Amino acid sequence: MSALHVESLAALSRRLAAREVSAVELARVYLERIERHRALNGYLDVRPEVTLAQAAAADARRARGETGPLLGLPVAHKDIFVTREFASTAASRMLEGYMSPFDATVVERLAGAGMVTLGKLNCDEFAMGSSNENSAYGPVANPWDAAAVPGGSSGGSSAVVAARLAPVATATDTGGSIREPAAFCGVTGIKPTYGRPSRWGMIAFASSLDTAGLMTVSAEDAAWVLSAMCGFDPRDSTSVDRPDEDYTRDLQRPMDGLRIGVPREFFGAGLAAEVERPVRAALETYRALGATLVDISLPSAELGIPVYYVVAPAECSSNLSRFDGVRYGHRAKDPVDLLDMIKRSRAEGFGPEPRRRILVGTYVLSHGYYDAYYIKAQQVRRLIAEEFQRAFTRCDLIAGPVTTTVAFGFGEKAADPVSMYMADLYTIPGSLAGLPSMSLPCGFGEGAHAMRPVGLQLIANHFDEARMLGAAHQYQLATDWHRRVPAGFGAEDA
Amino acid sequence: MAVPGAGWEVVIGLETHVQLSTASKIFSGASTAFGAEPNAQASVVDLALPGVLPVLNRGAVERAILFGLAVGATIAPRSVFARKNYFYPDLPKGYQISQYEIPVVQGGSLSTWVTPRGGEPYAKTVRLTRAHLEEDAGKSLHEDFAGLSGIDLNRAGTPLLEIVTEPDIQVADVERAALEAVAYARELHQLVTWLGISDGNMQEGSFRCDANVSVRRPGGPLGTRCEIKNLNSFRFMQQAIVHEALRQIDLIESGGTVVQETRLYDPDRDETRSMRSKEDAMDYRYFPDPDLLPLEIAPDQVEALRVKLPELPGAMRERFAREYGLGDYDCALLTTTRASAQYFTATVAALGAVAGDRGAKSVANWMAGDLAAALNSAQRDIVDSPVSPVQLAGLIARVLDGTINQKAAREVFAALWAGEASDADALIEARGLRQISDSGALEAMVDAVIAANPKSVEEFRAGKEKAFNALVGQVMKQSRGKANPAQVNELLRARLGG
Repeated sequence: MSALHVESLAALSRRLAAREVSAVELARVYLERIERHRALNGYLDVRPEVTLAQAAAADARRARGETGPLLGLPVAHKDIFVTREFASTAASRMLEGYMSPFDATVVERLAGAGMVTLGKLNCDEFAMGSSNENSAYGPVANPWDAAAVPGGSSGGSSAVVAARLAPVATATDTGGSIREPAAFCGVTGIKPTYGRPSRWGMIAFASSLDTAGLMTVSAEDAAWVLSAMCGFDPRDSTSVDRPDEDYTRDLQRPMDGLRIGVPREFFGAGLAAEVERPVRAALETYRALGATLVDISLPSAELGIPVYYVVAPAECSSNLSRFDGVRYGHRAKDPVDLLDMIKRSRAEGFGPEPRRRILVGTYVLSHGYYDAYYIKAQQVRRLIAEEFQRAFTRCDLIAGPVTTTVAFGFGEKAADPVSMYMADLYTIPGSLAGLPSMSLPCGFGEGAHAMRPVGLQLIANHFDEARMLGAAHQYQLATDWHRRVPAGFGAEDA
Repeated sequence: MAVPGAGWEVVIGLETHVQLSTASKIFSGASTAFGAEPNAQASVVDLALPGVLPVLNRGAVERAILFGLAVGATIAPRSVFARKNYFYPDLPKGYQISQYEIPVVQGGSLSTWVTPRGGEPYAKTVRLTRAHLEEDAGKSLHEDFAGLSGIDLNRAGTPLLEIVTEPDIQVADVERAALEAVAYARELHQLVTWLGISDGNMQEGSFRCDANVSVRRPGGPLGTRCEIKNLNSFRFMQQAIVHEALRQIDLIESGGTVVQETRLYDPDRDETRSMRSKEDAMDYRYFPDPDLLPLEIAPDQVEALRVKLPELPGAMRERFAREYGLGDYDCALLTTTRASAQYFTATVAALGAVAGDRGAKSVANWMAGDLAAALNSAQRDIVDSPVSPVQLAGLIARVLDGTINQKAAREVFAALWAGEASDADALIEARGLRQISDSGALEAMVDAVIAANPKSVEEFRAGKEKAFNALVGQVMKQSRGKANPAQVNELLRARLGG
């Protein structure tokens, strides 16, 4: 049992059920790895005593005869989810050391299934960014290539799963914050349908887009955990009232007759050849598995970025207003008056990217600009969603690249926000439409980028996660990209 | 001397914040009860902790629908909650959730009676623009913190219905304009308490009026308006509007211009003073709240509530006048609250149809008289009256059928109030209060009194009516108050040949 960390969740689950390993032992394996790989900077808060107490509780539940596929399995949470037992900072100075009096629903549901929390994961501040360079607590390293960013905003989640410092991590996706870091770190990332997982306890960035999801090694692992994570939550008014689902139900479904739409617009001039080649190869794999490739068009998808950078900052400017230094969080020292306290608390507490987005959002919502920006953006958003619906009359799933390039280098785009924003070109349209979407490892870049993974994006229609996970699993049965572990973190690293 | 403000027309529109009577807040499960320790009723949602989300209280929506139905408004099948963004320490989220572009209640009107001093009452109808749901803010406490401010978020998230009128009060008489505004506000207050959608407690801030006041030359274009806030009693409202209209008139007449601004009424000084002008008006950056779905109201939900809608005070006043022949004063008094109207109808019903209009009038008199006085001195609400409608009806029946006279009836009422017996008949028997209507016995008493009071008899014959009353008094005294006064009168007049 020296290399438990490279085993699949299903394998670990079987070992726990067979009592070959206890939850406490498993937690210790990961805690030890987390400690050893602190330089990765994936974790922001680790409290071994809390983790071990949760693991002991899971073992006690099993001793009382309780079963369940996730009982005793470790999980790490993106620092966007609030937790009672670990600090919840959103990777911001604003919330340094903040302890929530309640757990996010996602955290609560996974804990209810018996999962053991390893700690809280680094990310871009308030989930704003595509490279994890916006964390107030320093960037996360990409385990594949130390010079490359891990992606963002869920860079901690993708990096720790890639480095096997957690078998599964929660993450959040607003415009691509699960899929892009999953692609950059060579792990499986899933963003379910907006409204399927609860947003209660997720520190809000853009409420109409924020969706909880997962980083895992495989689609099969994701299916197990997603089944426990998603469900109706009366505390979230945008949560959809549907029964819980078993997302593993279509894992074995053959690909024969599956129609995969390939959007022309996702293979335009901006797409790097070293990304296009593995993505095309993945599409060929699907064809070989019996799927049909259908040429589709999403003509308004390219408007996704401008639309997103109106809607998301608008919502963020309002969502982040609660951080005023009055009730919790950072408060400026020695304010001269109320206005001074609010202004300085916010100026000191927020990093540059939240500040930029608050300013943009405040601007687009201002009197006289609202119609031209916000209303127009919402109209185009509807148009994009309608185009997806038209596409889904001709196909069951949509596939394409996740990003235009492989992971870029630290500092490469930090000075140019717009080029950074372009990193989400292919992921934003699906987010705007609220569609479930995944990123699957499908290869690597070329030359100097030979250690930089490439992701294949799948997009399904609303609530069609099970079919998407089935297709992802079938691809992963036929390939082993998802089984690759970065050097220094695999079986040898025990 | 000219009447102050002569030659000017005052135009008023009103905005009223009505606190809805839900047990919990509009977007959280925290209690709305008044008077708790600061922040004891602030949940994680009210505190706007990271990660919390609002969930709409359906009870608040039902109350808004009831109101809309009562004023004949359109209930929007789809309305939208928006965020009104601004920073203030007692606004925890940095925005207030309110309805902006699409409110739940659209249109409607409210009619009332205005009684000018020394004039005839007249009907006044004010059109409503809208009524929308929103949350209240918390409170900043500036005393007791040695230079710091305290924040109490108990009130944050309390459900409010903001009711906005058209500027339909347009009167070329300052006092009269204020009177119409107050009449509207009273009618609205009665309606929301009648519907049970608000406790209407003005001291606790459950019913808060703001008045938009402007002045113009009759027929001229609308003037610039000022909004007066803090009108937390009807008396202050009257005073504040008069003061503000005269202030604007004086300003214009002395060559100045009215600046659009929000003014606060200070009842201690009877003046309004500027809070903020339009120049510092904030840009609230309204946009639909992405945490809340649009509020969809199905037609069958509206119909289900329409069935629950009680008879409204206006309709009830008309019915009382029609069915019982009661005057305006009685009708208005009986419909002051829904509870008093219910007490009245229950008492009339217990009295039975035989009593007719006389019975209804009698019930109204008792309710305005001894019952009102007793409730008042005991500080009790009519629903908690120790004398039930059935008991009061039993008492009134004995007056109407001549068993007891009015004086005895008041004694019986006091005994019923004190709980000495469960019905009037038992008390009448126990105390021997049955009035003497036996003409033989009364004749004997009358004769004895005439014989014993020759001086009074002489005076009466000399034309002094007072002397007659003295003789009646003597007979009543002889009967220990039990003589039938009408009969005594009759007998005396017959004997004295008057």
